[in-house]
Amino acid sequence: MSDLETFRRETRAWLEANCPPEMRRPMTSESDTYWGGRNAKFSSEPQRVWFERMRDKGWTVPDWPKDYGGGGLDRAEHKVLREEMSAMGARAPLSSFGIWMLGPALLKYGNEAQKKEHLPKIAAGLIRWCQGYSEPNAGSDLASLQTRAESDGDDYIINGQKIWTSYANYADWIFCLVRTDPTAKKHDGISFILFDMASKGVSTKPILLISGYSPFCETFFDNVRVPKSHVVGTVNRGWDVAKYLLQHERAMISGTGERGIGRPLGQVAADSVGSDDSGRLDDAMLRGQIATFDIDEAAFAAVAERAIDLAKAGQSHPAFSSAMKYYGTELNKRRHEILMSAGGIDALEWESERSRGGARPRAWLRTKANSIEGGTSEVMLGIVAKRILDLPGA
Amino acid sequence: MPLVLTEEQSMLRDSARGLISDKAPVSHLRQLRDNKDATGFSRDLWKAFAEMGFSGLLVPENLGGSGLGHVEAGVVMEEIGRTLMPSPFLSTAVLAASALSRGGSEAQKSAYLPDIADGSLLAALAVDEGTKHRPLQINLQAVRSGNGFKLSGAKALVVDGHTADLLIVAARTGGAAGERNGLTLFLVDPKAKGIAIERTVMVDAHNAARIEFSNVEVDADHVLGEVDQGGMLLDGVLNIGRGAVASEMVGLSEEVFGRTVTYLKERKQFGKLIGEFQALQHRAAQLYVDIEITRSAVLKALQTLDGDFDHAGAAVAVAKARAGTTATLAVQEGVQMHGGMGMTDQFDIGFFMKRARVCQELFGDSNYHADQLARMKSY
Repeated sequence: MSDLETFRRETRAWLEANCPPEMRRPMTSESDTYWGGRNAKFSSEPQRVWFERMRDKGWTVPDWPKDYGGGGLDRAEHKVLREEMSAMGARAPLSSFGIWMLGPALLKYGNEAQKKEHLPKIAAGLIRWCQGYSEPNAGSDLASLQTRAESDGDDYIINGQKIWTSYANYADWIFCLVRTDPTAKKHDGISFILFDMASKGVSTKPILLISGYSPFCETFFDNVRVPKSHVVGTVNRGWDVAKYLLQHERAMISGTGERGIGRPLGQVAADSVGSDDSGRLDDAMLRGQIATFDIDEAAFAAVAERAIDLAKAGQSHPAFSSAMKYYGTELNKRRHEILMSAGGIDALEWESERSRGGARPRAWLRTKANSIEGGTSEVMLGIVAKRILDLPGA
Repeated sequence: MPLVLTEEQSMLRDSARGLISDKAPVSHLRQLRDNKDATGFSRDLWKAFAEMGFSGLLVPENLGGSGLGHVEAGVVMEEIGRTLMPSPFLSTAVLAASALSRGGSEAQKSAYLPDIADGSLLAALAVDEGTKHRPLQINLQAVRSGNGFKLSGAKALVVDGHTADLLIVAARTGGAAGERNGLTLFLVDPKAKGIAIERTVMVDAHNAARIEFSNVEVDADHVLGEVDQGGMLLDGVLNIGRGAVASEMVGLSEEVFGRTVTYLKERKQFGKLIGEFQALQHRAAQLYVDIEITRSAVLKALQTLDGDFDHAGAAVAVAKARAGTTATLAVQEGVQMHGGMGMTDQFDIGFFMKRARVCQELFGDSNYHADQLARMKSY
């Protein structure tokens, strides 16, 4: 038996023994996700148990080095762990932007002191991070951002405004893009800096969305004092860090969705729409839409698997995450359009208990942001055209 | 298994690409078409294929083949798709070789498979009868008579039917049209009495035939597999064919796409390269993403055919459906983005459009496979 097969066998046995049954069910609400942080609360005892057991193995961040609180797994082992967790429907023990976005950027660009300071706290769910990227006048054109950091001895003084800061009102720290050289060309004067959201001069204001939820905030900086040692990477080279992190953000968003979990979409639709005498979903056009969706979803799962294998073989294109982000988010929007159509009038209720507070229409509306956040579909296609296909033009 | 080609498979691809791009670029197909070639492919090239071991790729080693798998067959099909090379590879080396090695008795295998492997025997699979691919609707009747059967009915879209030395015919020995039970495969000599073969010149200038059977006598020992139980064997062979045609469409799509992107970087209008226009950039990018996804789905299906044959149905349906829509999009965008040039016969791009249309219909189009997937998932 190869080492990997042994690892798979042991992993499966450990998960079987340690993942509480409640943590193997599909997530149905926001509180089913544990985000960590200074003020975090567990929504249930099984959630706490599962988190703590996984944390103690370093498996909140399985592929990070053990020195920084990770599990030290190589790519092949990490893939095995993901497959085994997915096979039993195990939830992620901890979700956070620290894991998905900041961590990979710190591992690549951070200095040793920064890695030692921040990574173990992300792994252990002690600090919850938010992302300070977009501004009111810097959306798709992110590099035109205007939040400025002015030098004052060993510190920067930061002034400006961010928008679409996910969960800023719950976050403990922020990783933020600021302009450190206003005279340089727009991509060249930006730095990537970390600071505590409890710092004097930081305030947040939630934004009510069409879903009725407020996952995003406006975030204001009024003379916030941050030590210069909190810059990650080289001063004025923050765009490199930002782009690298965006690749991870895009990979994360492209995986948004509920692939392969729970009952097939066609059966969910048949539950509400009904079946004809031969047992088939009683709406031929919807059936066709769902079948086409299922084909594209299965094919997308294959390309996601192939992308990992190509990366492992050193054959992947760095801009491929943009291709994945584009398609994955469009696919997830299609899924929710189908769910709304299948749900008919039942899916229109917004508050009732039977609709779980309008869970389905709210989720549908939430997905409309997928193809905007982290770079719009149009920006993604532009990146594919220029960086992968090498088409001409600015 | 990683969803990338192994080193050996990459080497196979390189040698297939070398031979095919050298000996059979698109101009080869054009020449056969313009000369109204009676065979419709080059027998010399088929000999070269045999010498490279391609004709026996799926034939077991003890019968003179190389005993490779469906990923390898897909690798060759993809290269065939790049230049649209007309070749008996699909009909003989993929479909017939699979039918014989999966369903044949020891005597049948040793009678035919070594000849397929060395390139001396050409074979064709006759399944479709109606306008669309509906294998369960097979209605060509095989009635017991003496020591064997008498076959009566008609087949259409028999790939390489007019050049075949051996026909593998799916017929009904029982049950009614629409039923899985009662299907039987027969090995039939195309020169037998009562067979009329009409070569049908097709839009894509590839080989196909309509074949009529009237009281054609076939010995009982020419039944392939079990009488009435051929449905499962046929399913398996068709899935192998679907995976192979999907691979051909991946090669075809990628080639059309590559030619189109090159054109976007050369053609100037309004004082600019047309590739600078965002309207075209985004469509090119979407097509690129589409092809990458389809390539992954097809490789997944081929690996599943190799690793878990009996459960490959869903992966194959996904692959064939995706390959059909992707190839259709690729050729449509290819013609459109080449503008007026794309409409000319002198330009190669039209050949790809024509071949894509035929590949869509072969063994079930995208709609057929979407419906099959829905049935597998019970909705």
